[in-house]
Amino acid sequence: MHAISVSNLSKTFGKRRALDEVSLSIASGEMVALIGASGSGKSTLLRHLSGFVAADKGEVRIFGEPIQANGRIARNVRAVRSQIGFIFQQFNLVGRLTLLTNVLTGQLHRIPTHRSLLKLFSREERAIGLKALAEVGIDDYAFQRASTLSGGQQQRAAIARALVQGAKVVLADEPIASLDPESSRKVMEILARVNRDHGCAVLVSLHQVDIAMKYCKRVVAMQHGRVVFDGPVDQLSETFLQELYGSELCAAQPCLPPTLPASELYPVAA
Amino acid sequence: MRLMSLFFWALALGILAWSWKGADIRPMALIADSGNMASFAKDFFPPDFTDWRTYVAEMIVTVQVAIWGTVLAVICAIPFGLLCSSNIAPPWIHQPVRRLMDAARAINEMVFAMLFIVAVGLGPFAGVLALWVHTTGILAKLFSEAVESIDPRPVEGIRATGANLLEEIVYGVIPQVIPLWVSYALYRFESNVRSASVVGMVGAGGIGVILYEVIRSFEYAQTAAVMLIIVLVVSGIDLISARIRKVLI
Repeated sequence: MHAISVSNLSKTFGKRRALDEVSLSIASGEMVALIGASGSGKSTLLRHLSGFVAADKGEVRIFGEPIQANGRIARNVRAVRSQIGFIFQQFNLVGRLTLLTNVLTGQLHRIPTHRSLLKLFSREERAIGLKALAEVGIDDYAFQRASTLSGGQQQRAAIARALVQGAKVVLADEPIASLDPESSRKVMEILARVNRDHGCAVLVSLHQVDIAMKYCKRVVAMQHGRVVFDGPVDQLSETFLQELYGSELCAAQPCLPPTLPASELYPVAA
Repeated sequence: MRLMSLFFWALALGILAWSWKGADIRPMALIADSGNMASFAKDFFPPDFTDWRTYVAEMIVTVQVAIWGTVLAVICAIPFGLLCSSNIAPPWIHQPVRRLMDAARAINEMVFAMLFIVAVGLGPFAGVLALWVHTTGILAKLFSEAVESIDPRPVEGIRATGANLLEEIVYGVIPQVIPLWVSYALYRFESNVRSASVVGMVGAGGIGVILYEVIRSFEYAQTAAVMLIIVLVVSGIDLISARIRKVLI
């Protein structure tokens, strides 16, 4: 059974085809890079995979369980989603909560609601949170507000939240696009370790092809909402990449990360 | 463009002229009756504090009415405020709840106080109920405006973990709005101390009852004493809540 399987997923925003018959399967334990120019549909695809957005047609399954099919989000979407750790470009932590509380929210799906609403976490649950923070190397800051930490530290906390969640699939949407090179390297190392040590299937959208090549054996490339390449990283040719990024590509890698337009982060159906 | 602005000036002047008669504006009366005014003002001095124990006791009741009216309103305004927010509740919920809150807000505390006196009898409890309803309407609107201006990304971060809607609110929404909510609630408490001294005038307990009595019996020296006590307590509470707000935010 595949960790992620997508079949014939299509989505139109207004007149723009954001996703065009996307089909894709990712086995558990795989680490796959999703590349393409900005506006090619990478973020949109990831947001569909976790059921944040309903497609017009097509299907997404996580370990065989549908998260959406034919334009409908599954009724048990929250249960299916709890198996997916989602890493956002802007980390999406709650700034006024401590790092530990942010990480503990990864367990909300398995804590009874009456307890979670009072923020009553048991000693074991807290220990799990602290252990995950230690694993990503930021347990020293566990009791600081998330907003007081650097971008790289916040992104590592976001990964710790996915670990606490017990996710077996990790979707990372441009996780290093807002980070400096050193933080980027650390975050990519941790993602690789999550893939290797925890056996998580990782699908990470990246703008920098060199980083994709370094960490992932398999690459999926998108253009205008279509999958235009899906295969081993060594089959990517220079000419193909130049065509993929068009004028956007700088001749030599690495490229500067472009800032994503808000419309791609938060697509609103017109 | 010029014609338009001329038209609006004319319209504004027209409205003022139209209201002159209805509002019974008589500026000459201020001058003609200035002698009366002066002797009237003289009656207020020196303030007569003979019954100060009663005034202070009733002022405390007034503050207690404001405390309960505000606390009950805050408790109700949290769910109502969330239900009024377009980014939390769907239109078929937030529209009717907003209209309900509009109604609670549109009608003045005094009117509610008179109605509740009929229901629960004369006394401070009617005042509490009146403040509760009116303040719930106001706070629900202010709370929902805060909720509607939050950053959606942290909420999405919580949603991504598989959390349910209530958990999204408790972990993603409320931490973002809590400073504003506290500030609004404290501000409403200040205004409710003022309002509580007025709802007393229709019989809903507190210093207002005394104020009404001393005014009706032309005891202006005592009126002055009561007013001074109200001013002192209200400014004292303003100062304290400004302190609290500074600490909390």
